[in-house]
Amino acid sequence: MINDVPVSYYLLLSAILFAIGAGGVLIRRNAIVVLMCIEMMMNAVNLSFVAFSRYLDSAAGQIFVFMIMAVAAVEVAVGLALLVELNRHKQTVNTDEMNSLKG
Amino acid sequence: MIQLIWLTIFLPIVGVVLNGIWGRRLGYQVVGAVASLAVLGAFMVGVIAAFQLGQTGAVVVPLWTWAAIGDFNVSVSLLVDPLSLLMVLVVTGVGFLIHVYATDYMVHRAENGPAHPDRDYARFFTFLNLFIASMLVLVLGDNYLLMYVGWELVGLCSYLLIGFWFDRPAQEQDPIDLGPGRPPVKLFPLLSPAASGLKAFIVNRIGDVGFALGVFLLWTTFGTLQFAPIFAEAPRVAQTMPAAITWIALLLFIGAVGKSAQIPLYVWLPDAMAGPTPVSALIHAATMVTAGVYMIARSHVLYTLSPGVSMLVAFIGAATALFAATIALVQVDLKRILAYSTVSQLGYMFLAAGVGAYTSAMFHLTTHAFFKALLFLGAGSVMHALHDVIDIRRMGGLKNKMKLTWLTFLAGGLALAGFPFISGFFSKDEILAKTYQASTALWLIGVLTAGLTAFYTFRAVFIVFYGRPRDQYLYDHAHESRWPITAALVMLAILALAGGILGLPAELLHGFGLDAPHFIANWLEPVYLAAEHTAAEPGHHLPFMVELSLFLISATVAIGGMFVAWIFYRVRPTIPQTLARNLRPIFVLLANKYYVDEKIYTPFVVKPGLKLAEAMAKGVDVLLLDRLLVDGTAKVIGRGGRWLSYLQSGYLRHYVLATFVGVLAVVSYFFLR
Repeated sequence: MINDVPVSYYLLLSAILFAIGAGGVLIRRNAIVVLMCIEMMMNAVNLSFVAFSRYLDSAAGQIFVFMIMAVAAVEVAVGLALLVELNRHKQTVNTDEMNSLKG
Repeated sequence: MIQLIWLTIFLPIVGVVLNGIWGRRLGYQVVGAVASLAVLGAFMVGVIAAFQLGQTGAVVVPLWTWAAIGDFNVSVSLLVDPLSLLMVLVVTGVGFLIHVYATDYMVHRAENGPAHPDRDYARFFTFLNLFIASMLVLVLGDNYLLMYVGWELVGLCSYLLIGFWFDRPAQEQDPIDLGPGRPPVKLFPLLSPAASGLKAFIVNRIGDVGFALGVFLLWTTFGTLQFAPIFAEAPRVAQTMPAAITWIALLLFIGAVGKSAQIPLYVWLPDAMAGPTPVSALIHAATMVTAGVYMIARSHVLYTLSPGVSMLVAFIGAATALFAATIALVQVDLKRILAYSTVSQLGYMFLAAGVGAYTSAMFHLTTHAFFKALLFLGAGSVMHALHDVIDIRRMGGLKNKMKLTWLTFLAGGLALAGFPFISGFFSKDEILAKTYQASTALWLIGVLTAGLTAFYTFRAVFIVFYGRPRDQYLYDHAHESRWPITAALVMLAILALAGGILGLPAELLHGFGLDAPHFIANWLEPVYLAAEHTAAEPGHHLPFMVELSLFLISATVAIGGMFVAWIFYRVRPTIPQTLARNLRPIFVLLANKYYVDEKIYTPFVVKPGLKLAEAMAKGVDVLLLDRLLVDGTAKVIGRGGRWLSYLQSGYLRHYVLATFVGVLAVVSYFFLR
């Protein structure tokens, strides 16, 4: 049944998810939401990996997905830790207020 | 032992290290002993090496390879041959006596009070040992580069030592009184010790440029800097490129002119008197100024191959000898009389080298080292007794107070004046005889100079040691110096009196049926044997009668000069003043040293030099380098950084957007390619 759905649909969904994620990263100011949007972008990529893996009958795509999940987990761990620390210093998670690198 | 010749350089360096690092903590007696023993040790090594060398010619002692870059290969190796060993013995022998002398000279004693060593006693002996070591490097190096190293080190040491009392101010000179009715002759002030050291250093640097260029040219011409291959190749090169040999000889001579104080670079030497007296003795007798003579004697092959330059050397030498002797006639500063005398005697050595009589030049160098060191140390002893007064117009009658100083100074004076059968006589007579063979005109200049030398030497002797005291207070407080000073004086006096034995006129004595060896000629024979074969005209001997007449003329002139001095300063003491009053313009000219420093060097060299330096400092250094290049670079980077910092908004989304745009650009580039 799953073979009946063409791979282009998956790719389209993946692209839409990626664009939403990218838009969120660009537009939202809440750092937690930004992180979530990044996760969303990664999952969009994962989706196309899995779709291709299925389509091409190759396990390589699945391996990449595991890789990306591991990296994403690590990233969230580090990113959240940083955010907690930043929040403690600045009492905010608004990215626009974290601008001490401004020239 | 010859293989251990490096010890002669090493031992003084040990002295430098010991005194340089721990000198201030050691007692001054220890410092003096270490410095003197280091030089004595070097002398011993030299003596043993001299016995072992015999007549075997030359031994090269390789130490290590200094630089090997492609074809360019310079080794640090020492050349032990009769010429270098003679220099080693003169430098360390006379140098040792000067060290012993200095151990007491640099101590000031209040009357019957405690001894006060100079506050920089250790620094003094460190430099003194360094001077000896540098000179030995110069003398023993077996290539021109090593010689150049020693050459520069000697220049450095002269700077350090002449300016030793760097905090002393410049001194005014009392005008010379010419009796009632005539205005006194004003003299220019003397340079301060610091300025004198600087002057010596800079004037020498001018000559060194010539030497350095000569070394470069030697390298491009011969492809090596070692003496032996250069001298072996030189005759062949002279056939194909005579100009190269001429230029090398000329450039090396420029170096020698600076170091050995010949016209026109002699001006630093009289001012070198600002240093402590043992330094004057060391510079003027045993080290520094003899370097130029040694270098030309060493490079004799090159000079034999370029007769034109040799003629120039002889001419400059003769001109300097006469020129400096005339200045010495009227100087009132005892050390300056001796300084101009050194310039003059060095002129003799160059005259000898120029006419091809290298052996005679080395002979005169040796005897001159003995008697000039003696005279300087004698002058120092007088200064010590008179609380640093050096103006002969305040001395007189000192022979009653300082018997040993008087007698030894007299011995040195006789040798300098060329009194028959005393060292200076033989060496000077030999030079004059050799000059006579080459050119009668140069010989006449030489004879005239000999007469002037005898006159001014005994003018000084008579004024300082005879007659009535001119300054009763100084006279009353004068006393003989202590043993290290007098011992050195006595040793040098013996050498000055008997040094002539080293080079008795063998041919003349042979005419009388006597057989006497010419030690120095025999000793140096291996070095100059080759030279005689390559010489344009083989050395011919003068007929016996001519030789005898020259001998008698030399003797007559020397005694004549002394006799005139005796008349002028003992029998009719009014004559000098009358002469000076009647020949006032000449007297003023001589007393002011022909105004060479004040009217030629100051306006034409020193002032333009200072202006140029100032322009370079302000224009090139401050404006171009500091403001434009250094500050400019910093400003460009700073401004650029500030402009770039406007790109940093600090908003996370801006950075992310930039990243996305960048990634998009890269990806689309690869898609659309």
